[in-house]
Amino acid sequence: MKLREIAHSRTGDKGNTSNISVIAYDEKHYPLLLEQVTSERVRAHFAGVVEGEVVRYELPNIAALNFVMTGALGGGVTRSLALDAHGKSLSSALLDLEIAAASDNQ
Amino acid sequence: MRKVRIGSGAGYSGDRIEPAVELAEKGDIQYLVFECLGERTVALAQQARMKDPDSGFDPLLEERMRAVLPICASRGIKIVTNMGAANPVAAARKTAEIARSLGLSSLRIAAIIGDDVLDACKDGDLPIMEFDGTIKQLGNRLLSANAYLGAEPMAEALSGGADIVITGRASDPALFLAPMIHAFGWAMDDWNLLGQGTVAGHLLECAGQITGGYFADPGYKDIPDLARLGFPIGEVGEDGSLVITKVAGSGGAVTEQTCKEQLLYEVHDPTQYIQPDVVADFSQVRVEEIAADRVRVNGGRGTKRTGTLKVSVGYVDSYIGEGQISYAGPGALARGRLALQIVRERLKLTGVAASELRFDLIGVDALHGADVSGHANEPYEVRVRVTGRTENLREAVRIGNEVETLYTNGPAAGGGAFKSARDVVAVASVLLPRELARPQVRFVEA
Repeated sequence: MKLREIAHSRTGDKGNTSNISVIAYDEKHYPLLLEQVTSERVRAHFAGVVEGEVVRYELPNIAALNFVMTGALGGGVTRSLALDAHGKSLSSALLDLEIAAASDNQ
Repeated sequence: MRKVRIGSGAGYSGDRIEPAVELAEKGDIQYLVFECLGERTVALAQQARMKDPDSGFDPLLEERMRAVLPICASRGIKIVTNMGAANPVAAARKTAEIARSLGLSSLRIAAIIGDDVLDACKDGDLPIMEFDGTIKQLGNRLLSANAYLGAEPMAEALSGGADIVITGRASDPALFLAPMIHAFGWAMDDWNLLGQGTVAGHLLECAGQITGGYFADPGYKDIPDLARLGFPIGEVGEDGSLVITKVAGSGGAVTEQTCKEQLLYEVHDPTQYIQPDVVADFSQVRVEEIAADRVRVNGGRGTKRTGTLKVSVGYVDSYIGEGQISYAGPGALARGRLALQIVRERLKLTGVAASELRFDLIGVDALHGADVSGHANEPYEVRVRVTGRTENLREAVRIGNEVETLYTNGPAAGGGAFKSARDVVAVASVLLPRELARPQVRFVEA
């Protein structure tokens, strides 16, 4: 299934850094996020977009992850050549990530 | 326990105006905050002020103030806003003039000055955080340097009897934190309270983004009545307790999901959300829906503020030229690709001096590039988009021209060409020792 089935997401921007939250609709799916939505996978998913690193922060109280991606906004929101200079649409791209359902019906 | 209700009347400079009027009329609020100052807006406003010393504040100030001043004055609702941009004193004078023209007298209006730290930044020749270089190396491209001020001077203005507080650059959450500090007498070193107050301010500062804006995804996240989106109210207790809500009957929704998304919006390390007044920690925050459109948010904490203030530096970065043209029907994608190839070759042949170029097909790969968007099906229509960075306007113009000439020189049936060329005012950051910014309150009587 797609990540979109179990999580929602929002993108924020600061300079040339984009952050994307991934929030489980149901907290029972938080372990799936922890296990499968790794910073390595997010970095690979955004090949060609993210030039820097991807750091993942975990927020178990709200069943959410926060990905901070440097070098992701074409040199910075205020100078980027990109159509979506803020990278607002990146969250939708991340929700397209393929997630393997857990065997124990999580 | 004492409580205040703070309404958020704008999330950016061009935001809708009637939701703020609705908050003032029906929100039972004591404070109405307008956050209207984007990252580079101060730099652009500074350019305007250099041309006209009475300008340099938010262009929608008059319209917003005219819309809300009568109702706010009659109910005693205090207004806090960063619409002062590069000229808070002129904004305060303008607001006084508007108040008088509406027959509202005896309003006390405070301007907060001192965020302009251009001289201090030049004196220190501070290093720029985003790239190798210093303030002085920007030379005559440097336009402005404004420190993100904290809540203290705004709270001082409120304690001094201000009905309206107008700042330039200030931290966005601080616009909301100031009324809390004023109303409850919070100590400026009670880090946990300031941290939780920052959570409240952070959640409210983008207005409609917590009531269902920037959220709806049909079939997955449905939100009613976005055309009449209500703006949020933060109900804050003196112990920092917080409920996010909105005016009953307005459009949108306040849910656990909208609050969680906004909590992490523009946040990096959630344990260290660095603000002028506190380093806030969002990592232990909990979110709980206690009734329809009422969400309790607690667990914000904080640690001691840092010794520096973040300064937003505006500078002329470069010029950008752009051209677009559309193709449709069978073979649209192939003609779009051919068009890009032609422009790429033309820019080389004619020697356009661009330091960076970008070739997009809108509808295919413009937002996320070919790697991410690779599996999309052939679209019915595509829009060619070519952009480039140049050192001057003349070169920038040539980029759009090379797209426009596709009309008569390019693939079949290209339509709707558009071109533009503009200078780019960009922002970078420096860290200024805190004591070098000296904010002050200036009162203007209406």
